[in-house]
Parts: sequence; structure tokens; C-alpha cells
Amino acid sequence: MLSEKERQLIEAETRHHEQKRGAVSEALMILQESRGWVSSEAISDVAEALGMTVEEVDGIATFYDLVFRSPVGKHVIMVCDSVSCFVMGEQRISDHLRTRLGVEMGGTTADGMFTLIPVGCLGACDRGPALLVDGEIHEDITPERADEIIARCRKESDAHTAHG
Amino acid sequence: MPTPLTADIRPDRSYLDVRAYEAAGGYQGLRKALGASPQDVQQTVIKSGLRGRGGAGFPTGQKWSFVPMDDTAGHRYVVVNADEKEPGTMKDRLLLEGNTHQLIEGTIIAAWAVKADIAYIFLRREYTAAARNIEKAIAEAYQRGYLGKGILGSSWGLEMRLHLSAGRYMCGEETGLLNALEGRRAIPRNKPPFPQVSGLWGRPTVVNNVETLSNVPHILREGPDWYKTLSASPDAGTKIYGVSGKVKKPGLWELPMGTTLREIIYEHAGGMADGLSLRGLIPGGASTDFLTADQLDVKMDFDSVAKAGSRLGTGTVVVLDHRTCPIGMLLSLEKFFARESCGWCTPCREGLPWVARILQALEDGTGEQRDIEILEQHGRLLGPGRTFCALAPGAVEPLQSALRLFREDFDAHVRQKRCPFK
Repeated sequence: MLSEKERQLIEAETRHHEQKRGAVSEALMILQESRGWVSSEAISDVAEALGMTVEEVDGIATFYDLVFRSPVGKHVIMVCDSVSCFVMGEQRISDHLRTRLGVEMGGTTADGMFTLIPVGCLGACDRGPALLVDGEIHEDITPERADEIIARCRKESDAHTAHG
Repeated sequence: MPTPLTADIRPDRSYLDVRAYEAAGGYQGLRKALGASPQDVQQTVIKSGLRGRGGAGFPTGQKWSFVPMDDTAGHRYVVVNADEKEPGTMKDRLLLEGNTHQLIEGTIIAAWAVKADIAYIFLRREYTAAARNIEKAIAEAYQRGYLGKGILGSSWGLEMRLHLSAGRYMCGEETGLLNALEGRRAIPRNKPPFPQVSGLWGRPTVVNNVETLSNVPHILREGPDWYKTLSASPDAGTKIYGVSGKVKKPGLWELPMGTTLREIIYEHAGGMADGLSLRGLIPGGASTDFLTADQLDVKMDFDSVAKAGSRLGTGTVVVLDHRTCPIGMLLSLEKFFARESCGWCTPCREGLPWVARILQALEDGTGEQRDIEILEQHGRLLGPGRTFCALAPGAVEPLQSALRLFREDFDAHVRQKRCPFK
């Protein structure tokens, strides 16, 4: 069931569209933001809120790269594997991340901290290899820079836990 | 050499606010546009010779002129295609981040030219810095009376909204984008009807690329004749060219339309990195045919690149050096297309994963001679006219040209049962 806050955020988005369904991708991202991922319950909630069928909403949710239809780690690391990053050594970065985190592409670490996913071009072609970490683009990635990013994510989570 | 699109962009691409933009002459183009009729604005842009910078190169003013001006029974839309995801392409991001108001002004002028009342900026969510700047710029434009009701004292009003897409290449296809905005899967629509007649929610709609619209304020302010003088070719204006891959200075440069590949790669990008030589390149993003090192005198304008056997596309070059495997590079390209195919048309849905699997097999050393023939067949089976949109035909442009230009590498992978570059 939608929380009051989720309902309000979704309703605010629907006002900017000719029909409610126009806000479906925003609604999915709103629920992902508050719940961490888009479960089948979230799909039903969006369908009900926008007057769509569950199948339609799921068809859209599974269409988008940034909508997670299964649980992900606290931090999502997306590795650009498109052509410019490939030429600049993306494979080396992907191999490094797989080894360092101990997961395959698409996997989540046992401690639930990181999910590793490949992604299409991030528009950082002149500064590849590039990563998208928790929604922010990082450029000129070396194995060392990748390690720094992982360390920073861990630190953030620790700080969060300490305060929480 | 004037660089109207990028002259005011700061090296760190920090936000150029409305005051800084106005001080550099910003929003004067809009004032001029509002002093003329929508049809006159269309004519000015037609005369300028501006062609779409999203990849297809369709004349922009002409695109606008297909909007039925008497159909005013409901909303009319302008949509900015800021869903840049063509592999190798990072040019719109520069304009979105570094000179946001230029795009807003161009969009408002385009909306006036077709009497639209709602504008959407369809932005990929990954461009977070761009999103922050667009939110600021839209708010400032409302405050200054460039958006909202009664723009600059006229009786015309325009509302503008930023839409953050959740990531998919197909959303950059004009009709897929419209489906996405309507809350549907971003599959392509049949044309006709064209979006100008029946687009978003069945209403007249114009979709233009970021770089295209960023040209418009300058054309209005300085005039179409001035705009033509910027170019080194029959195609008018400047072009934002880019180079990525193993060159000394990868980057983006605004240069006269029709600058040669040699000048772009060797003067601006500093030539190849030490110890590497240039073997080939794709001139304008993933869905363009490979060119080779003996074609560097080709001018980078729409017709010249077409004559050389490829397409200008997005004008952002990716270079292939002699130490990088062309089949590996092609595999990266085709994996992207296979993943991004929306699945609507059978040849694309089934064919592209097949192509990617064969290329992977060649890289893994398990490819056979017969596989090369199957790749050649796919060049024909996925070509123009067999699918609703241009994704599959675009995907086979680098495939077909690689088979022609790097045939010895394909054969070597089969013969040696391994990738000779590893």
C-alpha cells in the first residue's frame, strides 16, 4: 500500500501530464527511492494509483535500466561497457570490480552493500572508463579510483548506521 | 572563428545563470522571434539551413513547417530530446550543463514557431548535473517572464517541464520517446502520421535534439546569412565534434561544419596516443559505418560523410588504434544494440543477440568460417525497411563496414582459434 507521502509525490507528478499514466516512470522511481527497489507490490500500488493494469506497469518497469525489479545493495555501481569505455579499458575495470567485490555482473555482495551492473553509454566518452555510482557519474576510472569509490561508499554507510 | 554555442561555457561547466546569459546577449533571439510571426520564424530557420544535430540531419525549419497551424483545438507540444545515449556521444551533455539557458531559449523560440503551449525536456536521469541546471534555468526563466502566461508582454504562453527518463536507448528514438512520455513502453510508432500532425497524446508535436535547439537563438539574433558564414561546407553553422578513444587529448570542440577528420583528430585531439597508429574510426556514434585511416580528408558534414560511405551521425568520433581488436570493438557496439533493442520487431529482437553471440564466439576462439557468412546475412536481414525504427539498420552499419574493412581480422580469429590482440 502507498504511504501518504508516496501518494502525495505521485499525485504531484500526475498533474504535469495529460493523463495520469504519463507519470508512471516517475511513480516507479518515487517508490524505488522510498523502498529501495520495485517489488511486485510496488507494481500493483502504481497500477492502482494511475488506473493502469499490473501487466502494463510491469512492462514499463522492466523496460528501464534504472528501475530495479529485484533487491539491490545499498550502493549500485554501474559500469559503462559501451564503445569508448571499451577502447579505454573498461574490461580491466570490470574485472577489478568483480574480483574486489566478489560478485559477477548483476550480483549483490553477501553483506548487501554493493550491486554491480553493466550500463550503456554514460556520455563520458572523452573521459572513460566511466562508472555510475548511486546515480552520479564518475570519470577517468582506474582500479585505484574504483577502490576509493568503494571505500567512500562503505564509509558513508557506516556513518549512516552510526547515526541511525 | 566564432563559436556561438560554446563561447560562454566555463571550463568546469559550472551553471551559467540567467544574468550571465543575458549579459552575453541571451534572450535577444526570443525577443526578435516574438516580434515576428511564427511562420516568419519558421522561414528564418529554413533559410539558415540548420539541419538536425541528433543524427538524422533533417532540416529543422522544414520539420516545424509540417505542423498544421490551424489545429488549435487542444495542446500543442515541443519536446527536447535530451536522452543522449548513442555510444561515443557526449556533446549534448556539454550544452545541457554548460549553457542551459541557450537550450531553454531555443526551445521557447521553437514553441513560438509552432504555437506550442507545453514544452518537455526529456532528459536521461543519469545526467544529474544537467538536471540540476535545467531545474534552475526553468525557474529563472519563469521569474523573468520568458515562460508562463503572456511571455514578454505578448498574449502567448508556454509551460515548460523537465522529465527525467529512467534509462533506455529507445527513448531517444522520436516516437519511442513520445510513447515513454505517455507512460508506455518506448517502442516505435508507425509513420505516418508524423509527430508534427499526431504526436504526444495525439496532438501536434515537434521533437528536436539539444544541439539543434541550442543553435536557434543565434540564428534569430544574428540572422540566417550570418549563420551560413560559420560553416566550411554547404551545411550551415558550427558543429560540436568530439573524439574519444586512444588519442592524446580526447574532448569536444565547436568547429565550422565541414571541418576535416584530419583537423579534428590531429589538431584538436592532438593525434594518436604515443606508440599507437590510427587504424579506423566511427565518425558519428555507434550506428555509423567505420571509415579508415586513408579517409582523413573527408569533411565532417552530412553530405561529405555520406559520400565517403558513412554518416555524420552525432559528429562524435571514436578512434580504433592498431592495438585494439576491431572485432572486440564491434562486439561492444553490437552488445549495446542487442541489449537496447525494444523487442517490437522480430529481426532486431532475434537478430542482434545472434550477431553479438557470434562476435563473442570469435573473440573466445570458438568462431567458425560459416559464422562470418551469417554475420554478412544479418547485414542484409537487419537493414533498412525491415523494422519500424532505425535501431537495427543503425546497428548493422558498423557490422557491414567492419566485415568489409577488417575482413582479415575476422579470418584470423577463426584460423588462430583465438583473438590475436589478446
